[in-house]
Amino acid sequence: MSAEGNGYKSGSNLEKVLTAGHFAFTGELGPPRGAEVEEVRKKAAFLKGQVDAVNITDNQTAMVRMSSWAASLLILQEGLEPNFQMVCRDRNRLAMQADILGAYAHGIRNMLCLSGDHQQFGDHPTAKGVFDIDSMQLIAMVKEMRDEGKFLSGAELEGKPNMFIGAAANPFADPFEWRVHRLAKKIEAGVDFIQTQCIYNMEKFRKWVEQANDMGLTEKCYILAGVTPMKSIGMARYMKNNVPGMDVPDEIIERLRGAGKGKVADEGIKIACEQIEEFKEMKGVHGVHLMAIEWEHKVPEIAERAKVLPRPKVE
Amino acid sequence: MIVGKRKPFDEIKEMLQDYKKVLNVGCGTCVAVCLAGGEKEVAVLNTELDMARKLDDNPIDLDGITIERQCDREYLAELDDKVKDYDALISMACGVGVQFLAERFPGKPVFPALDTSGLAVNQDVGWYEERCRSCQHCVLGWTGGVCPVTMCAKGLYNGPCGGTNQGNCEISQDQPCAWFMIFERLATQGRLDHIKKIHPATDWRDQTPRTLIQPGYKKPDKEEAA
Repeated sequence: MSAEGNGYKSGSNLEKVLTAGHFAFTGELGPPRGAEVEEVRKKAAFLKGQVDAVNITDNQTAMVRMSSWAASLLILQEGLEPNFQMVCRDRNRLAMQADILGAYAHGIRNMLCLSGDHQQFGDHPTAKGVFDIDSMQLIAMVKEMRDEGKFLSGAELEGKPNMFIGAAANPFADPFEWRVHRLAKKIEAGVDFIQTQCIYNMEKFRKWVEQANDMGLTEKCYILAGVTPMKSIGMARYMKNNVPGMDVPDEIIERLRGAGKGKVADEGIKIACEQIEEFKEMKGVHGVHLMAIEWEHKVPEIAERAKVLPRPKVE
Repeated sequence: MIVGKRKPFDEIKEMLQDYKKVLNVGCGTCVAVCLAGGEKEVAVLNTELDMARKLDDNPIDLDGITIERQCDREYLAELDDKVKDYDALISMACGVGVQFLAERFPGKPVFPALDTSGLAVNQDVGWYEERCRSCQHCVLGWTGGVCPVTMCAKGLYNGPCGGTNQGNCEISQDQPCAWFMIFERLATQGRLDHIKKIHPATDWRDQTPRTLIQPGYKKPDKEEAA
C-alpha cells in the first residue's frame, strides 16, 4: 500500500499498466560517457510514447557513465518514466540507501536491482568491486525500506521510498535447473517485476517459464521478457561467443545470414517481432523489455511492427 | 598457509637505494614453504641486490638471516643484538611479519620484499590457490565446503549471478564459478535447501584490526568484560 493509499505499491506508470492487466512494453537508455545532456534528450525523444518505462542503466559493462539517477531525472523532465537501475558493484549499503531515498524524493518510482558486471570488463579494471550486498539482499533492502520504513540496520526512516521493485533473471546461465529457484528467491526477497536477459533460445525460455508457472511464481511477480534485435551477423556472433550467460542458437545466425546483403538488420527486427507476438500469448509472461542497444531511433519502428502501440493510459 | 610473492626487483632496489648496510630477514614458516621468503630466497635476493648495486656504482653491504617465524616475539628476540649494526632491514615475511619486525625495532626502517597474497592451498610445486579471506563468519557449512567469499569474483552470498558460463566465471574461462560448484556439490548431497533460503546482508567485521584470544587464554579481567 503506497503512502497515497491508492492501493498501489508505488503508483508508477509501469505498475499501473501491469496491474491493469496490459501487456507491458519497456525500453532502455544508456547514459552518456560524459556530461552531454543533449544526447540523453535526443535518445529519450525516440522512446517517448513508445514505452511504459525506460531502464536507465548504471555504469553498464562497468564503464563509467553519467550516474543512473541523474540520467533518470533528465528522462523525467522529458516526460518519460525511468526505471532506475542500481548495481551492487559500485556502492556500499550506505550509498545505496542514500541514493534510493534521493531518487524517490525526485520522483523516481521504479528501480531495478542488479549485481552488476564485474569491474574487470570495464574501463577501470583495477577498481575495487564493492559488492557489500548482493542483488538478492538489495531487493530485500528496498522492500524493507518501502514496506517497513526501516533502513537495513533496522533503524526507522522518515518518508518511505515507495518503489516498484524490479530485478533481472537469466534463464540461460548455468546451472539451468537452478535458475527458477533463484527466481523464487528473488520473489521471496520482495521483487514486483522481473526483466529477463535477452532471449534468443525460445525453446529454453518456454521451458523456464513453464517451470515458473508450475511453481506458481508467475502469479507472484510480473515477468517481462527481454528482447534485443540483432543489428548484424557480427553482433549475433559476438553475443554468442563473447557475452557470458547469453544463449544464441545457430538458427538465429543462419537466418540472419540468409537475409542477404543490406537486409540483415530488417531480419533482426522481424525475428524480434515474431518473438514479441509469441510472448503476448505466452502464459506467465506479462510484457516485453526491449533493449535496443544504441539503436534507440529504431524503437518507434519496432514498437509499430510489434503492434504494441498505442501504449495504454491507466489513471 | 599464508602465501606471498616476491616484489618486482626494481621496486625492492628503489626502496633500498639510500641504505648502505642492510640486514635481510627471512621467515622460516609459511613463506619459506611457498618458496618466497625463506633462507634460499634471502640468499638469492641478496646476491641480486649486491650485483645490481655494484653495477650502479653504489655498493651495499648485505647480510641475511632467517628466523623461524616473524610473527612471534620469541623468534624476533634473536635479532635484538644484531640490528644495531644495520641502517635498515628487509623483511621477506608476509605483511604480518613485516609489521611485527618493524614494531620490535621502531628506530629502523623496515622494507617488505614480498607482496602477501592470502591464505592458500598447495596445488602443485610452486602453485598455490587462495581459499580463505578470513571473513570471521564461516559459511562453508551451508555452501558445501566451497567459499563464496573467496571463490566468487563478486563475493555473492546468493549466487550464481547471470554471468555463469558453462560452469566458469564470467571473468575468465580458467576460473570456475564458485556458485556452480556449490550447486553441484549440494545437489549431489541432496542439500539444495540450504541455498534456497535467502542469505541476509553480511555482518562484515573486518573493518578494524581483529584480535583473537583463544578460550582459556584470556586474562581474567578481559574474560569478565567479554
